[in-house]
Amino acid sequence: MKPIFTFAYFLSGMLTGITLIQSQAASWYRIEEMFQFGAFHMYGIIGSAIFVALIGVQLLKGRRSLEGAEIKINDKARTWTRYVVGGALFGLGWGLAGACPGPTLSLIGAGWPAFLVLFAGMILGTWVYGVLRDVLPH
Amino acid sequence: MTHIWPWYISGPLLGLMVPLLLWLGNKDFGISANLRHICAMWPGKKPAFFQYDWRAQSWNLWFAAGLVAGGFVAGYLYPGDPVPLNPTVLERFQAWGLSAPQDIVPPELFATAALASWKTWLYLLGGGFLIGFGARYGGGCTSGHAISGLAMLQLPSLVAVVFFFVGGLISAWWIVPRIVPWLLGGGL
Repeated sequence: MKPIFTFAYFLSGMLTGITLIQSQAASWYRIEEMFQFGAFHMYGIIGSAIFVALIGVQLLKGRRSLEGAEIKINDKARTWTRYVVGGALFGLGWGLAGACPGPTLSLIGAGWPAFLVLFAGMILGTWVYGVLRDVLPH
Repeated sequence: MTHIWPWYISGPLLGLMVPLLLWLGNKDFGISANLRHICAMWPGKKPAFFQYDWRAQSWNLWFAAGLVAGGFVAGYLYPGDPVPLNPTVLERFQAWGLSAPQDIVPPELFATAALASWKTWLYLLGGGFLIGFGARYGGGCTSGHAISGLAMLQLPSLVAVVFFFVGGLISAWWIVPRIVPWLLGGGL
């Protein structure tokens, strides 16, 4: 990977992080408010993000990326157990901690070291999934 | 007045990441994949799931580093205004024992001082465990399924997002109202 691309991916992450904090999408209060159907804010963010992403994907499909690879949409495997059970477990954690992985990283940067503990829990959960993967139904 | 970026600015900015990453290098927007890459960095014995060249995915680790840096920058831009909440929701938070919001997250749960209690460690590690385990089992998190997956019209992502909400609603309505007062020193 050329350094210019490394920098571009880093900058993309940075813009995302700034947006997550400035929009309060990284706020525990906002996530709990969303799950309590208390405000439109989070639904507006997620909904408009999907809308813009959808248009962008349609425009780019089949073209060549700057790094050279063809832009392809990889269809996700249609085995449903993993999306139901894994999705529900992720949701339980999301609602409990009031943060998902991206905002957690940005909150660490914003000066909330407790989110390092949350992040360590995520790594632990990922590791345990890796250990159990072959015995879990997918 | 508050300095919050409205949803119609911040949502499109976040959504723009999906085509931006595709355009740069046909990369899929998905943050929790980095948790797997971090596990794959372990030099010793590890499950087959983590036996691959994580360096080939280093673009995403750079993106994650950017998230931290962006948080750092925004932490200084962030004016620290109170989070304006729905009054009914705010009343519930205060009934659980939380003070009026002064910052982006409740200090009672996330200030470094809160780590003096083992309960906070259990809360954070337990919540994180569910997020990490569920994200890999379910094949993605909010970025990979809710934003990128739905934008790519993936039916599995729609199923995953519906169940994100099932889990989230159970937490927000049943678990959080019990666990927050417990974390603040009360009984369950």
